[in-house]
Amino acid sequence: MGQNTIKGTDATFVELIGSSMPTLVDFWAEWCGPCKMMDGPLEEIAGNRSGQLQIVKLNVDENPSTAMQFGVMSIPTMIIFQAGEEKKRLVGARSKSQLEAEIASFVS
Amino acid sequence: MAEKVLIIGSGPAGLTAAIYAARADLDPLMIEGMERGGQLMLTTEVENYPGFPEGIMGPELMDGMRKQAERFGTRIVSSDVSKVDLSERPFKVWVGGDLYESETLIVSTGASARWLGIPGESRLRGYGVSACATCDGFFFRDREIAIVGGGDSAMEEAIFLTKFASKVTILHRRDEFRASKIMAQRAIDHPKIEVLWNTTIDEVLGDDLVTGLRVKNVNTGEESMLPVEGFFLAIGHDPNTKIFQDQLDLDAAGYVVTNGGFTRTSVEGVFAAGDVVDHYYQQAVTAAGMGCQAAIDVEHWLDRTEA
Repeated sequence: MGQNTIKGTDATFVELIGSSMPTLVDFWAEWCGPCKMMDGPLEEIAGNRSGQLQIVKLNVDENPSTAMQFGVMSIPTMIIFQAGEEKKRLVGARSKSQLEAEIASFVS
Repeated sequence: MAEKVLIIGSGPAGLTAAIYAARADLDPLMIEGMERGGQLMLTTEVENYPGFPEGIMGPELMDGMRKQAERFGTRIVSSDVSKVDLSERPFKVWVGGDLYESETLIVSTGASARWLGIPGESRLRGYGVSACATCDGFFFRDREIAIVGGGDSAMEEAIFLTKFASKVTILHRRDEFRASKIMAQRAIDHPKIEVLWNTTIDEVLGDDLVTGLRVKNVNTGEESMLPVEGFFLAIGHDPNTKIFQDQLDLDAAGYVVTNGGFTRTSVEGVFAAGDVVDHYYQQAVTAAGMGCQAAIDVEHWLDRTEA
């Protein structure tokens, strides 16, 4: 796990997405090749946007109930939450610049 | 200043080309693309890559090749190429707004999963529709799902999906599989797998999530609805050559045409390797072999033109 992203679990999830900061949750798993591509970009964005946005990585293997609760059926899936509410959902891998564009409206 | 060699794509062909080009002091630049590592990133165990007697996971194999390419100095850009101009040297390659120029190119963009193009398919992608059984099978525990296809990978994926799903229906438009006998028999005999022969799919149904498929028996013309919560595609691959259209000679199926025995394409200084060229073998080890050939061809070509 990187230094800038936060490791989420079923137990801590509700608290994490209820943060005063917008929260991007990356649903991933060890056996998912395309998920691995997201590590670098997410780590960098979490570093650059520190204090504006938090990025949570949730391992769906270890935390199946959160993944199920949010109806995640394909990974990588990234969901942006604000005050605990789902605002945007991205299914499939994205480049760093695509991700930047997707989160721009949440980090003014 | 223009690069000596620019490699597009990062599967076994591209990475092997990078390893050879880097060791030949050509200081390669690789545009690895969003589907980094290529199709092997979507597989599980690779049992036929020489040198790994116990097998190796596809993503692990690709990580290893990537590290090896970097170790010898390959520079890697992690985005897709948006446009190329091969009309004069140095060739121009755009990645979004960034322009790269290179004396030679190695095209190793591979092939990507084919989609049916039926209503509902793209709208419900990620909501029950998937072309990656290894990524998404996990989410269909104890559910009924369908997979379309008739080749070895369709059989392999159908069998893999039985680890999660309560029932897997294979839909195939003909009355026999193209897959090897051993794979086809393994699927047909599996207690959780049912095969619907002579069946085509007209639509993926569901508002927010997949609820079923509208299917048709091609012999009787009879239409019916197959209730499933997941729909997987394994109907083959198409070469990723869109950006080269009208610039490189492609065959009728879209594969790059190379000059018999070598990796030269129709444009002097542009070479191609791997699944983007090869519609016959399509193996990790053959792609890697062609990547090596391309790097050596580039080296010789540069020697000749600079001399």
